[in-house]
Amino acid sequence: MFKNFKHEKIETNAGLLLVLTMLAVSVGGLVEIAPLFFIKDTMEKVDGVRPYTPLEQRGRDIYIREGCYTCHSQMIRPFRDEQLRYGHYSLAAESKYDHPFQWGSKRTGPDLARVGGKYSNEWHVQHMINPKSVVPESVMPNYPWLMETKLDISDVGDRMRALRRVGVPYSSNQEELDRNIERFGEDMARMLHIPDAQKNLVKQAQEGNYDGDRSSVSEMDALVAYLQMLGTLVDFSKIDPEELVKFR
Amino acid sequence: MSATSAVDQYDYDIIKKFSVMAVVWAVVGMFVGVYIASQLAWPFLNFDSPYISFGRFRPVHTGAVIFGFGGSALFATSYYVVQRTCQTRLFAPGLATFTFWGWQAVIVLAALSYVMGYSQGREYAEMEWPIDLLILFVWVAYMVVYIGTLMNRKQPHIYVANWFYLSFILVTALLHTFNNIAVPVDLFSMKSYSLFSGAQDAMTQWWYGHNAVGFFLTAAFLGMMYYFVPKHAGRPVYSYRLSIVHFWALSFMYMWVGTHHLHWTALPDWASTLGATFSIMLLLPSWGGMINGIMTLSGAWDKLRTDPIMRFMIVALSFYGMSTFEGPLMSLKDVNALSHYTDWTVGHVHSGALGWVAMIAFGSLYHMIPKLWNTQMYSVRLINAHFWLATIGVLLYITAMWISGISQGLMWRAFDDFGNLQYSFVESVAAMHPFYVMRAIGGMFYLTGMVLMAYNVYMTIRQGVRAAQTAATPATATA
Repeated sequence: MFKNFKHEKIETNAGLLLVLTMLAVSVGGLVEIAPLFFIKDTMEKVDGVRPYTPLEQRGRDIYIREGCYTCHSQMIRPFRDEQLRYGHYSLAAESKYDHPFQWGSKRTGPDLARVGGKYSNEWHVQHMINPKSVVPESVMPNYPWLMETKLDISDVGDRMRALRRVGVPYSSNQEELDRNIERFGEDMARMLHIPDAQKNLVKQAQEGNYDGDRSSVSEMDALVAYLQMLGTLVDFSKIDPEELVKFR
Repeated sequence: MSATSAVDQYDYDIIKKFSVMAVVWAVVGMFVGVYIASQLAWPFLNFDSPYISFGRFRPVHTGAVIFGFGGSALFATSYYVVQRTCQTRLFAPGLATFTFWGWQAVIVLAALSYVMGYSQGREYAEMEWPIDLLILFVWVAYMVVYIGTLMNRKQPHIYVANWFYLSFILVTALLHTFNNIAVPVDLFSMKSYSLFSGAQDAMTQWWYGHNAVGFFLTAAFLGMMYYFVPKHAGRPVYSYRLSIVHFWALSFMYMWVGTHHLHWTALPDWASTLGATFSIMLLLPSWGGMINGIMTLSGAWDKLRTDPIMRFMIVALSFYGMSTFEGPLMSLKDVNALSHYTDWTVGHVHSGALGWVAMIAFGSLYHMIPKLWNTQMYSVRLINAHFWLATIGVLLYITAMWISGISQGLMWRAFDDFGNLQYSFVESVAAMHPFYVMRAIGGMFYLTGMVLMAYNVYMTIRQGVRAAQTAATPATATA
């Protein structure tokens, strides 16, 4: 069949060259990406993973705005040293509500996948304002403006609606709320209810008092709230490690 | 007077514009690169300012060098090569002009939006959705101009450089579209959220990320190589058969390898193993291109002694060979376990970007710019100085990153006699300081060379414009 084939045929026909090139470059992506959406073994089934609360999500937005991912990863690998330094290796399920993912590619600073609860709120605030004051060798920039800037909460509902559109189960009506109550528990489900977004955000900031100043909600409140919940959702003492290995 | 007729025969104005902007963006992008490298060595340079803090400034650097410098150089050379090898003028010159202004707007808007804090948080694709849409329009226009020009060719054969440019244009369209699917918060909001999440999002991003390297920074620059190296050496391409084999192999295999950025992560093992397998196989087509380029010089090796432009091209190919050997090495899971997350990756990227991509672009621009303005380069000695500054700069840079990267990897995994971690994280940060200084100095060398090039190009253009004016005056007087 190919006996009479000459590459010249392709070289003299722009349309053919175009189609064949398109075919050649399409295979790899199709084979590697498409199955991830269908194969059940891509994502572990673990309890505890939930969407971000309005305040945490706004904190995550700030994390992305400041380009934290250029120096910090959020993906612990299954090695003994990483287990000791950072904690249990990261599961796919733990970032299933992450639009976009923030696994990162560089550790100029340490991994943050399980930074939640490791340090106090006060430490984080001090560290963000002036990292060298708590870690003298640090090369991290100072972020004093986070404390001084009031958090813009005007569009938090819109943000949650956009996230709902890409698949995050925030609720916008009673039926969805009921479903979330079953899934995430009464308190958390109410926290994830879009019509109450602003109210919930302020409430969490007041109760958590993340930046040590209850008088207003700052960007620091949001960022610290986000950092303090990172990697804390899954209770690994209740999971059989052998079960997780199946998903690697 | 064949040179003068070429100036009239082809659409050179658009190429001139893109060439000048390639030089401008190279200076800007490399300056920002040196600045952020210095921030890591001397953090006070962040000046407590949100606008120039490392995290916001880093995409300004990557955007300006990859899309500003690299992109403008590719637009310029592809428009030059496609016209000359097809012996026809650009199809739809109006659209071509739109690609120029559109593309420059993309670079400026992207940089401004990053310092203002608008980012998708996806490496090398940080532009928010309105800029992504503009890129899409520009790219479709580019496709129409390029493919239209190919269709109008006066030669039956499509020259090999054009295959590479074509695959780059197609793949970039594909990657850009699928990696940037996002839902905006509001029609008037710059903020959006990506359609995919977690593992699927990571897969899509690195399919994009590595193929941006593979097609934007490799296939396209191979297209550049396939025109300018033979042309400048005055020799035919070494092996026609090799160019066919390595073109198809490269196009097919590159698209599989992105997952090697996700070894040992929560991405399923089968996907990253597949990526590593193809990464190793990719060594062959990569070296096919390098051999084809370097061997094109056989019989004209003496040019390396006398011609700094040729030297740029050959050193570029050598760095291409080096980094396409290093890449497959780093894609091995055991090596990656050490190298991932460290400065080694940064060094690898820069041996490709500064050593291969930028140097082949410098060589091609030095060859092309005098032809565009129908003159000679203003100073060959300055080209030579640029060559040495650039070469020393890259070597300092990658050596610093090898040492710091491997040290980081080893320090992070070191255990003491009692089975505890030997170093705290911040000890590894402190230990990197001398190498961050060395890297910044390497960058300064490279930037200095680039400033010399900008001056040389400016003087060349001035000389060309003046000569054209004096030639035009008596001509009109006699007429």
